[in-house]
Amino acid sequence: MTEAFRDRIDIALTVNGEPVEARVPAGRHLVDFLRLDLGLTGAHAGCEHGVCGACTIQVDGQAVRGCLMLAAQADGAEVWTLEGLTEQGVIRDLQDAFVARNALQCGYCTPGMLASIKELLDMGGVPDRATIREHLSGNYCRCTGYEAIIDAVETVAQARAGRITA
Amino acid sequence: MKALAGGYARAKDVAHALDLLAAADGMGRVLAGGQSLIAAMNMRLSTGDMLVDISRIEALRGVTVEGGTLRIGALTRHVDIGTDPLVAEHAPLLVQAVHHIAHAAIRNRGTIGGSLAHADPAAEFPACVLALGGTIHLQGPDGMRAVAAEDFFVDVFETAIAEGEILTAITLPLIEPGERHVLIETARRSGDYALAGLCLVKRAAGHRLSAFSVGPRPILAVAAMERLDAGDAAGAVQALRNEIDPPSDTQASAAYRRHLAGVLLTRALQDLTGETA
Repeated sequence: MTEAFRDRIDIALTVNGEPVEARVPAGRHLVDFLRLDLGLTGAHAGCEHGVCGACTIQVDGQAVRGCLMLAAQADGAEVWTLEGLTEQGVIRDLQDAFVARNALQCGYCTPGMLASIKELLDMGGVPDRATIREHLSGNYCRCTGYEAIIDAVETVAQARAGRITA
Repeated sequence: MKALAGGYARAKDVAHALDLLAAADGMGRVLAGGQSLIAAMNMRLSTGDMLVDISRIEALRGVTVEGGTLRIGALTRHVDIGTDPLVAEHAPLLVQAVHHIAHAAIRNRGTIGGSLAHADPAAEFPACVLALGGTIHLQGPDGMRAVAAEDFFVDVFETAIAEGEILTAITLPLIEPGERHVLIETARRSGDYALAGLCLVKRAAGHRLSAFSVGPRPILAVAAMERLDAGDAAGAVQALRNEIDPPSDTQASAAYRRHLAGVLLTRALQDLTGETA
């Protein structure tokens, strides 16, 4: 007998290192699950069709769009949002650089920016400005004009590389 | 907006997925990476779908060389295509394409099978598979069948996939010595859909040229290919402009797209030969 379609799906995953079990509607996307069901409002729901990047989160070590993945598909996954990344201190230097460089104004895009940048920085090395720009091409910011964001990423990449070789 | 799905089921293997599709009574929708489908669902362009999630079927993932062809599993993600050594060796056209497809976070989930099955006329992978003369493998209740790329793309978002069938893999010919691939496109912003784009493949037997974002489906520009084989670059540009029928929209007019396609062909030929065409 074929396992039937369900309109509510049981999932078990880890979010920010904590085990979570839930029953989610079939059409619930992951960012709404995080925001509305778990109260983790760090990732923002913006355009909800994958264009703006505000909902970018980390799933199984990679940056993904929280609005283009169903919560049902996250069964067994390891999800990190801005709250968890902040608590772990793994992007502290990046967050400090954002403040120092004025790389945010309204802050709407910032959680998605940080999740995307984390993936780029985790690749190691010092990416050039064109590479940083290209990597962030899927994250819209309507305030800063991007220059300060690129500056912040470049500064952190250089500092991290310096730490490694020092 | 929020998606309104009719139901969801996670398929354990292809046979299970086919059973689920059959049980969905025409409302079945195959969910792979979801980077187009979930966007469409969120915009309520599609509602009440019975989602058959095939994304955990390991057998549909990965790249191999077998039977003298490069076989790419349907669930192979864009990010994997971009870094796979076999793809880099035999289908560098696909690696070039990856850099133009959306953004890093989308390439982490989007799949090549999903891109082909979705058949967006502006998508790169369908045009690549067409230019390379690839074959698309489908599995349905009556077994497997193979469809040549030339016969696969029918119209906007419409392919030769029949109700109840699943796209399982793509096979491409192995690269010949001296074979060259160029993908070139113009988009308003990095990662946007192309206003127009071309895939050019040069083999000992001749040129193959496909164009995307210039009509309801990717097309093989046969008249331009003939002129290229005759060594007539200017004739090829003219032939290409004559054989495409691009749409006008808010991004670009038909006339501009037609002009652009010719410019792109001239640039692609420069890339191919390293000289001014």
